[in-house]
Amino acid sequence: MRGGVCSIRALAPVLLPRWLCGPRACPAHLHGSVRFLSTDSVSAALPARARVVICGGGIVGTSVAYHLAKLGWTEIVLLEQGRLGAGTTRFCAGIVSVAKPLSVESKMADYSIALYERLEEETGVKTGFVRSGSLCLAQNQDRLLSLKRLASRLKVLGVSCNVIKPKDVARLHPLVNIHDLVGALHLPGDSVVSPPDVNHALAVASAAHGVQIYEHTSVNHVVVKKGHVTAVETDRGSIECEYFVNCAGQWAYELGQSGEVKVSVPLHGCEHFYLLTKPLSEPVQNDSPVLIDMDGRIYARAWHGGILSGGFEKNPKPIFTEGRNQLEIQNMQEDWDHFEPMLSALLRRMPGLESCEIQQLVNCPESFTPDMRCLMGETPGIYGYFVLVGMNSSGLSFAGGAGKYLAEWITYGYPSASVWPLDIKRFGNLQSSRTFLRHRVMEVMPLLYELKVPRWDFQTGRQLRTSPLYDRLDTQGARWMEKHGFERAKYFVPAGKDLLALDQSKTFYKPDWFDIVGAEVKCCKEAVCVIDMSSFTKFELTSAGDQALQLLQRLCANDLDVPVGHIVHTGMLNQRGGYENDCSVVRLSKNSFFIISPTDQQVHCWSWIKKHMPSDPQLHLEDVSWKYTALNLIGPRAMDVLSELSYVSMTPEHFPSLFCKEMSVGYANGIRVMSMTHTGEPGFMLYIPIEYALHVYNEVMSVGQKYGIRNAGYYALRSLRIEKFFAFWGQDLDSFTTPLECGREFRVKFDKDTDFLGRDALLRQRVEGVSRRFVMLVLEDHDTELDVWPWWGEPIYRNGELIGVTTSSAYSYTLQRHVCLGFLSPTNTDGSPAAVTADFINRGDYEVDIAGQKFPAKAKLYPFSSLFAQQKRRKDDMELSNFQSK
Amino acid sequence: MAATFQVFRVIHGRRFGRILVPAMTCQNCSQSPRPCISATQPHSFEQRWRHQVRGYRTSPAWHSYYLTPPQINSILKANEYNFKVPEFDGKNLSSVMGFDSNQLPANAPIEDRRSAATCLQTRGMLYGVFDGHAGCACAQALSERLFYYIAVSLLPHETLMDLENAVESGRPLHPILQWHKHRNDYFSKEASRLYFSSLRTYWQELLDLSVPGEQPDVAEALLSAFKRLDNDISLEAQVGDPNAFLHYWVLRVAFSGATACVAHIDGNELHVANTGDGRAVLGVQEPEVKRVRSEHPLSEAKTVVKQDRLLGLLIPFRAFGDVKFKWSIELQRCVLESGPDQLHENEHAKFIPPNYHTPPYLTAEPEVTRHHLRPQDRFLVLGSDGLWETLHRQEVVRIVGEHLTGVTLGQMQGLLQERKARISSTFEDQNAATHLIRNAVGSNEFGMVDHERLSKMLSLPEELARMYRDDITIIIVQFNPHGNNKW
Repeated sequence: MRGGVCSIRALAPVLLPRWLCGPRACPAHLHGSVRFLSTDSVSAALPARARVVICGGGIVGTSVAYHLAKLGWTEIVLLEQGRLGAGTTRFCAGIVSVAKPLSVESKMADYSIALYERLEEETGVKTGFVRSGSLCLAQNQDRLLSLKRLASRLKVLGVSCNVIKPKDVARLHPLVNIHDLVGALHLPGDSVVSPPDVNHALAVASAAHGVQIYEHTSVNHVVVKKGHVTAVETDRGSIECEYFVNCAGQWAYELGQSGEVKVSVPLHGCEHFYLLTKPLSEPVQNDSPVLIDMDGRIYARAWHGGILSGGFEKNPKPIFTEGRNQLEIQNMQEDWDHFEPMLSALLRRMPGLESCEIQQLVNCPESFTPDMRCLMGETPGIYGYFVLVGMNSSGLSFAGGAGKYLAEWITYGYPSASVWPLDIKRFGNLQSSRTFLRHRVMEVMPLLYELKVPRWDFQTGRQLRTSPLYDRLDTQGARWMEKHGFERAKYFVPAGKDLLALDQSKTFYKPDWFDIVGAEVKCCKEAVCVIDMSSFTKFELTSAGDQALQLLQRLCANDLDVPVGHIVHTGMLNQRGGYENDCSVVRLSKNSFFIISPTDQQVHCWSWIKKHMPSDPQLHLEDVSWKYTALNLIGPRAMDVLSELSYVSMTPEHFPSLFCKEMSVGYANGIRVMSMTHTGEPGFMLYIPIEYALHVYNEVMSVGQKYGIRNAGYYALRSLRIEKFFAFWGQDLDSFTTPLECGREFRVKFDKDTDFLGRDALLRQRVEGVSRRFVMLVLEDHDTELDVWPWWGEPIYRNGELIGVTTSSAYSYTLQRHVCLGFLSPTNTDGSPAAVTADFINRGDYEVDIAGQKFPAKAKLYPFSSLFAQQKRRKDDMELSNFQSK
Repeated sequence: MAATFQVFRVIHGRRFGRILVPAMTCQNCSQSPRPCISATQPHSFEQRWRHQVRGYRTSPAWHSYYLTPPQINSILKANEYNFKVPEFDGKNLSSVMGFDSNQLPANAPIEDRRSAATCLQTRGMLYGVFDGHAGCACAQALSERLFYYIAVSLLPHETLMDLENAVESGRPLHPILQWHKHRNDYFSKEASRLYFSSLRTYWQELLDLSVPGEQPDVAEALLSAFKRLDNDISLEAQVGDPNAFLHYWVLRVAFSGATACVAHIDGNELHVANTGDGRAVLGVQEPEVKRVRSEHPLSEAKTVVKQDRLLGLLIPFRAFGDVKFKWSIELQRCVLESGPDQLHENEHAKFIPPNYHTPPYLTAEPEVTRHHLRPQDRFLVLGSDGLWETLHRQEVVRIVGEHLTGVTLGQMQGLLQERKARISSTFEDQNAATHLIRNAVGSNEFGMVDHERLSKMLSLPEELARMYRDDITIIIVQFNPHGNNKW
């Protein structure tokens, strides 16, 4: 027990002195403390109004407050239900590492390190910052490969890192047993801090900038009027405000649910254990590197001469499913049995610790999200309600950078980098079920340290949204992936194949579905395939007058004033000309439009349209995603199948490209047939009211038999669209990419009557020239059988210099080569962005760095199809649509 | 210190039916008490360490043959029973998920009894473990009767009224209890009429005493039911019965004895009523010895509790039956002489304890402990025996982690891995009670289940078995961690 008490004291936050909220003694040793003392109110009563109210005084909340204050905001109030940093922050392990799965996350961590390093100087508060570096260990070649991939990504960001040999590991950290290691990644920039002290320092710095901090004040709910945040109700009275930031960590879900207008914050807590030891007989140096042994599922850092070591076990214990009153975060029980595998892994890694004495086993609950990424940004439907939570146990690493991005978001309306993978709008209400979250986080937590190979899928929380054809496809051998809760077929395993082997295709090399997908692609090219694409987001916009057209003309870069029945591919751009959405719009009638967007745009696109929609009762937007099943008939024989089923000629003469007609298919009437396929291949999309779905599918399959029809999945689709150079929103395109940068100027109508969003920015860019360009890279000299496959995030080199990064890749069965899509963004010698011209791109020798190995590549600005014989037919068929996901 | 106390009792041969000739005890136990020690040892870190320091070893001196694992399983599982409670009763989450129970006889016939039932007219479940001594009669009677007494005491006035009216008018009664019985748990048919009339007298008195609209307090109800039943047992023996068999039966019940450990769980409220030395793990221990001494004159201070036994003879200080320690000598003689002939040959019944001056020395009044269930309360073990010490793996390790500073990582790992290996034997036992018995009987000095040892313990000849182990009866009630968090 003695050990327990003393270690809690050691970890406890340095209590914020009373003077934070009242003018008392002046702590002379703190810089900047004088300023806020004079401005502070006399009593600790809450102010009646503020501009921003932040809920949560952990590392994230204080970071947001700090960055807002730095951006010049005043009247910021930070509320904490207990003491500052008394939640997860207080107990967390204090490792700040840039080794994160996404580049934007690494970027945030990199910023956090820089921030924490200068905090001590800025505030005078000791933060325990030590740039100890870290070692990510690899026990097998696959792990080493993933570390090499990480290393190449980090090089793009300019973070220094080295892949080293086991004996170098022993040199850097003598306690480590290296006999089972094959290598490691050394990140010299990684650091350790004392989290409560960093928290305290951020609070002190924020207070110095005028942020008012109130402890022991809990937020009951947020008052929303007409879709805007107006006030925050606390247990000590209400505060009027314009902005509210939910940084409530574990409790963010409940806080979101507490208001009259519910905010879905999909996260769930899990218990997380780490061990503290007493000092070793020969104390561990403060600056010995952090160890991350993902194969052993553990991490370890030096701690007061001993070791702090925790891990992410295979069988996590979810907690707080029922809510906050179940257990106080302070009274968490330790569970030694549960910790046993991690203890064994630790002793295997550092056998010398065997004789080291236990100080304490700490249980520090962490919150996890359904996809292992944090939740950031403005919530859909409520203006001024921001969220920054769900750190997946990297809260300390992310807090600095994420706080900065969120502060920019609140200030400018968007952050300074693309954070779509972290945007809370990637989730909707459908991810808000407690059962779903509980099950999913049990998979997410172990996944943190699991080897992540290309195209892995979540196994839990599946089969939530399915097409009516799900069972039919499943019995025909469909293997499924999930997007936004929707099950989509990846490929179809032919009868007689070894199913077990196929499900274990975890590899960085050629996967075992290679031939299966190849056959599907071949069928799309030569006969006809059917792909169920029901997961797409589908909206209908209607109005009594021409309001719908006006709205779309304002939102879309392309001209929507087309004859009824025409389909327009268009981007919805923001003020900067970047893609907020990339969609196909069908003009169903004069005043009604059918908008087809990528699957994960359901929440984002809805809130984007709603945000710009005038409140006109005659203008109506409806989400009809659930009403239609979408079948994509791809291939030269698609028209034969359809005409046989409808007794209508479907040849291009009678049914031109990018055209939509309601017609009958089989017995079913009112099927929206569209001549587009999202792949560049000939064919049709059928939008079928769901009750007809099975009928139409059965008819198509039976009639199609003689044309050699077969099912195909998204992997085939992806291969097709990438070899046709179709960019895909969310993967290749983001809100920082303009149509000019990806060769889609032809879809921007500068001369249409309406001044559309982003027009000015695009005009400016047209004059100045683009400084980054979307290209297609065809790998040469890449042995599909033996070499590591590209995925995304690989650095691109031009004439030996780093010039860009890939965003997606696929094997092209037609070219029999790998095709990578990516952006080139060259810089001048002084580091400023340089203009990209076609000439610049064509004159250069390119290489793509896959896990440290460089492969020569040919850069292209236009797809191959336009170079070949079909060119003529494709001319008007250039529907560079894209939103099928990878 | 519970563990030490337990060991002490084992050594002194408490397992001989509680009433015994001390000389014989020592003799038997001096031969080989050691195996028993580890049998009842908790597998905690602390205990293991102490063990090794003392250098205890098992001494497999006696001749025996080995049982195969299936044979062992069939012996261990012969009496196992488990019951799952539906999670929702329609309105609320049930606080109990289910229970496992099991018995392992050492006496032939076994003197332990167990009961489990759901109260149908009030909410709540009842679990009881009854450890008989000097025969099984008293324990058997308790297992049949006690829950009815408790259930009736818990009924509000109105329901009692309905009950009485139904009996009066010959209408069928709504059942009061739903029993959860193993096929080996039997009820005696012969005495049911007698039992029923006693019960009816009790509720009639309750009717007079209770006020309409008042909800009986559980603790008081338990207290009242216990005392009343003991009283009824005593009275029935004094009054006798025209039926010779029944007369003999009631006397056997009264002259034998039994301890009772009963748990009542209703929502988040757990009550444990304990008479004697059976225990529930969530129960609270009280210095029993002090209480007994304080209730008798100072002059007897030396004789009342001798060698840690009541009047030097009886181990439990509270018990049902055992009229020998309750009635005056005159009454005992009078009842015995008028009783059936079979009783005359019973040496035990005629034996008057030495130093028997101020009866009663024994009471059936239970200690009632009330406990508010928390989410961390995962289960409750009722045992006739010192078994609860072997229980919760988590608990034991947690205590090790918290209280033993100076444990090294290596030691902790060794302990955890050893326990992990042991846990794997849980897969053999679906029933937690069986698993506990397996560990209790078969653990070696390292706290591991040792097949050889288990085999020897289970294949002891009938007359020897009692020296190495007592009857074991266990009920493990599992709580619903989700049912207990709505306070």
